[in-house]
Amino acid sequence: MLKLAPSLTLLLLIGPVAAGLAGTILPAFGYFPALGGDRLSLSAFASLLATPGLWTSARLSLTVGLGATAGALAITVFFAAAAEGTPFFRRMRRLLSPLLSIPHAAAAFGLAFLVAPSGWIFRAVSPWATGFGQPPDLLIVHDPSGLAMMFGLMAKEVPFLFLMILAALPQTESTRSRRLAVSFGYRPVTAWLKVVLPRLYPQIRLPVFAVLTYATSVVDVALILGPTTPAPLAVRLTHWMNDPDLSLRFVASAGAIFQLGLSAAAILCWLALERVIIIAGRTWTVSGRRTHADQFAAMVAKSAMTIAALALALGLVVVALWSVAGSWRFPDALPASLTLKTWLRHLPDAATAVGTTVFIGLPVALVATGLALACLEGESRKVTVVSPRMLALLYLPLLVPQVAFLFGLQVLLLWVGLEDTPGAVAAAHLTFVIPYVFLALTEAWRSVDPRYGDVATALGARPDRVFWRVRLPMALRPVMTALALGFAVSVAQYLPTFLVGGGRVETVTTEAVALASGGDRRLVGVFAVLQMTLPFFGFLIAGAVTSLAFRSRRDLKISH
Amino acid sequence: MPDRHAFDAKGTLRFDRVEILRHGAPLIALDEKVEPGGVLTVMGPSGSGKSTLLNYAAGFLGSDFTARGSVHIGETEITRLPAYERHVGLLFQDPLLFPHLSVAGNLLFALPSWLKGLMHRRERVEKALEEVGMSGFGPRDPATLSGGQKARVALMRVLLAEPRALLLDEPFSKLDRDLRSQIRELVFAKAKARGLPVLLVTHDHADAEAAGGMVVEVRQAE
Repeated sequence: MLKLAPSLTLLLLIGPVAAGLAGTILPAFGYFPALGGDRLSLSAFASLLATPGLWTSARLSLTVGLGATAGALAITVFFAAAAEGTPFFRRMRRLLSPLLSIPHAAAAFGLAFLVAPSGWIFRAVSPWATGFGQPPDLLIVHDPSGLAMMFGLMAKEVPFLFLMILAALPQTESTRSRRLAVSFGYRPVTAWLKVVLPRLYPQIRLPVFAVLTYATSVVDVALILGPTTPAPLAVRLTHWMNDPDLSLRFVASAGAIFQLGLSAAAILCWLALERVIIIAGRTWTVSGRRTHADQFAAMVAKSAMTIAALALALGLVVVALWSVAGSWRFPDALPASLTLKTWLRHLPDAATAVGTTVFIGLPVALVATGLALACLEGESRKVTVVSPRMLALLYLPLLVPQVAFLFGLQVLLLWVGLEDTPGAVAAAHLTFVIPYVFLALTEAWRSVDPRYGDVATALGARPDRVFWRVRLPMALRPVMTALALGFAVSVAQYLPTFLVGGGRVETVTTEAVALASGGDRRLVGVFAVLQMTLPFFGFLIAGAVTSLAFRSRRDLKISH
Repeated sequence: MPDRHAFDAKGTLRFDRVEILRHGAPLIALDEKVEPGGVLTVMGPSGSGKSTLLNYAAGFLGSDFTARGSVHIGETEITRLPAYERHVGLLFQDPLLFPHLSVAGNLLFALPSWLKGLMHRRERVEKALEEVGMSGFGPRDPATLSGGQKARVALMRVLLAEPRALLLDEPFSKLDRDLRSQIRELVFAKAKARGLPVLLVTHDHADAEAAGGMVVEVRQAE
């Protein structure tokens, strides 16, 4: 059984991506017999290229994606360089899990409620500083150049890249390397950038590409913060795919292939940029210069990190406040009254959506964690190997734009009659949840000293007993975290739920995003709060279970 | 589960023309026996394959290695058995007490399952703690113990599993000098009292002297 686990995992990861891509490519080239397309042709691409504003959409996707990724990476790298080893760094580390557990859509709503002309920031400084008695006539959210969307994505990707850096740091011997460089007279930030970053970056490269792919093809954040005339490419494709005019599906499929090319082009741009930086970096590293505005760089990095974390946190507070706001006129900084009216009125819908979300998310998280444990336990028993190549393959669903294969998957599910069911949605979620669960669990599992297992075996324990009584309890904390993370990732899925569920499987995330265009802030607040509390409760329960289990076990408590 | 009486039988620990190879190249060889209650010390620098030899006897040889020959305890060839049926007690440099279990939990984990009844099992554990001067330490978190206390619990954990031989992988090297001789005497005394053959791997001459048995020196592998 354990022997089969890695193959089964890869099948669940690669199967939907490959099948989905095939299901996208065929209609893109005109083949979709159910809709009368039984001959291969390029007419769908011709129609796509003739679509007004296509290149503007493509340019937006590319610039927002590259900008958000570069910004998020710069903030996290400079922050790590400036703050590693300080109490501030440890505090940010503790904030990481709650920040990571916020779904993209909820974070985007939070940001929108903060920076919009009628948002909280303008309220806080009006009218005393601005003189505004009415919201100013500015286009901040949905701005045509996509800046709001870029900053939203940047803030949300910072915690993810920070996590990846934290995971990679121990292998870089960062503390000792930096100390050595400092002993040669280098200032700390410069020292870190010169001796730690070159070893760190190769390890976080795949996650960076995943962020880049995501940012160039995201739909939910684009619907909430992005431009509308025209919208970024992925948003337009999703509209075409769900258009009652079924002939648009050919164009949508061609567009999905175009999106695939666009995300690949973004990665190529990034690779070119990398080359330039590496060449310049090599010269810089051996130039002998000991400092480069270290203090200034440290200050900027720490401020940017604080702003990103604060924007996420404050945005969520404002979202929550809107869900219970009675009358809240501009420019009041706080609502005149608080009421549960919106919550009570929408309780039945909300309860159904929460039920569906948990009904899908919990089994998905359990299956993904079970698979990861089976693979890793197989490795501990030396019956299987979780090779670096397999770990790289885990990124596949994150490196292919969701729209590119979910379209095809939708078509295939339609074909086999499994469309619009929670089961199909759960299967699609699994493809995106498995990578995160593996990433969260693999290193932690391997860091348990294998000699504990040997000791238990030498004491006469059979392999199953060693797993259940020694390895699993010792890794209980990362296992529970992986479960909570898997659940959080499932809760946050918008596009797989929307496309595979055909709009009929309604989770808190699809409901919240559907409300984005409605403009009812109170109602959006209700669903956004549900969207962020569900993952949060997941982490809370996971933490409580481990704390309870290890309440009197000092070596297994978190040390800060 | 093998018959309980099989564990009781005292036997000679015999390395029968054992040769271990790493990537096909010879690493270490041993053709010796240790009588019940006796100690065989294998000495050599790090990298000479001492620990590999021990891993081989315990059933944990890595995939980089291949081995020839066999290891026997009494009449049983243990190298044919899975690791969990070999009944050899392993002690490492680190005590490796399971951090998620209490001191008593660690010891209960080791007790064979044929010893039935929780009360009875707990009594047995308490007696074991008493034997090393640690009465009442059962409910304690292993993390709160001193180095010497951890070493004692690790030893009793091994002995409670009723091993037929002890394999010691430099178990005293992380202890300070006074504690070191104290724990060393304790381990050898317990092994002798129970009639267990002991294979000690070390690079410390004092350990070898204290052990008092035969010493085999191995060289750095080419």
